[in-house]
Amino acid sequence: MWNRVVSREVTVVNPQGLHARPADAFARRASQFESVIDVVKQGQRVNGKSILDLLMLAAEEGTVLTIEARGGDAEDAIEALVSLMEQVNSYDESAKSSPNP
Amino acid sequence: MNFSDFIEVGAIRADLKALDKETVIEELVEALVQSGGIQPQDKMSIVEAVMKREELGSTGIGRGVAVPHTKHANVNRLIGTVGISRNGVEFASLDGEKVFIFFLLVSPPDRPTNHLRALESISRQLRDDTFCRFLKQSKTPEDILLLLEEADDDRKADKKS
Repeated sequence: MWNRVVSREVTVVNPQGLHARPADAFARRASQFESVIDVVKQGQRVNGKSILDLLMLAAEEGTVLTIEARGGDAEDAIEALVSLMEQVNSYDESAKSSPNP
Repeated sequence: MNFSDFIEVGAIRADLKALDKETVIEELVEALVQSGGIQPQDKMSIVEAVMKREELGSTGIGRGVAVPHTKHANVNRLIGTVGISRNGVEFASLDGEKVFIFFLLVSPPDRPTNHLRALESISRQLRDDTFCRFLKQSKTPEDILLLLEEADDDRKADKKS
């Protein structure tokens, strides 16, 4: 079980892309698992527990990302992170931060 | 994206005086006013919008770095600045540490791609410990500018090879 690898593809549907807040939420959730979590965008592989790494992907709307978990809690991690991606995909700062909506 | 594409040279600050979050954001936005990057009448609404964004979650992303940002209807392209604080600022960072290095970004409302690319350039560079250390030790805006130019040159060289 220890070397179990589970992976799943998710699409970024947030028009703002994977910006700072969703990247932060993802890294925090990923850090709650023991498994090694990688996020891959077209061959570029980064540490899913690091916000700096995730921001380096500059994942725009429509980008397909592969989330890969390796470890004893890989299945749980993937479930949690895929469902988190569905939630963060709706994060939008424009409504709240634009002075002239 | 290169730093030279969005960093306003005239707004770079090597000696931020502020000790708390709101004051440091005001100081950075004021620097953009002084460089001519934003209009004086927009200053307070930009400070407020940046603070509102901070309420949703600190942009203090660890390693002594923060990237406060907002969108604003009155800027027509992504602009930003860099500021260094000698004493550090309490910023409610993700790792609880004080922030010494600030990248403030203001983007037009409808251009999310450039914002993402700027975050990419910043985060890529900040993973480099040497870059962070040199940035923190910078004594003048010229020192900071030189580091940013070197980073831009390295990125261009990487792309060619």
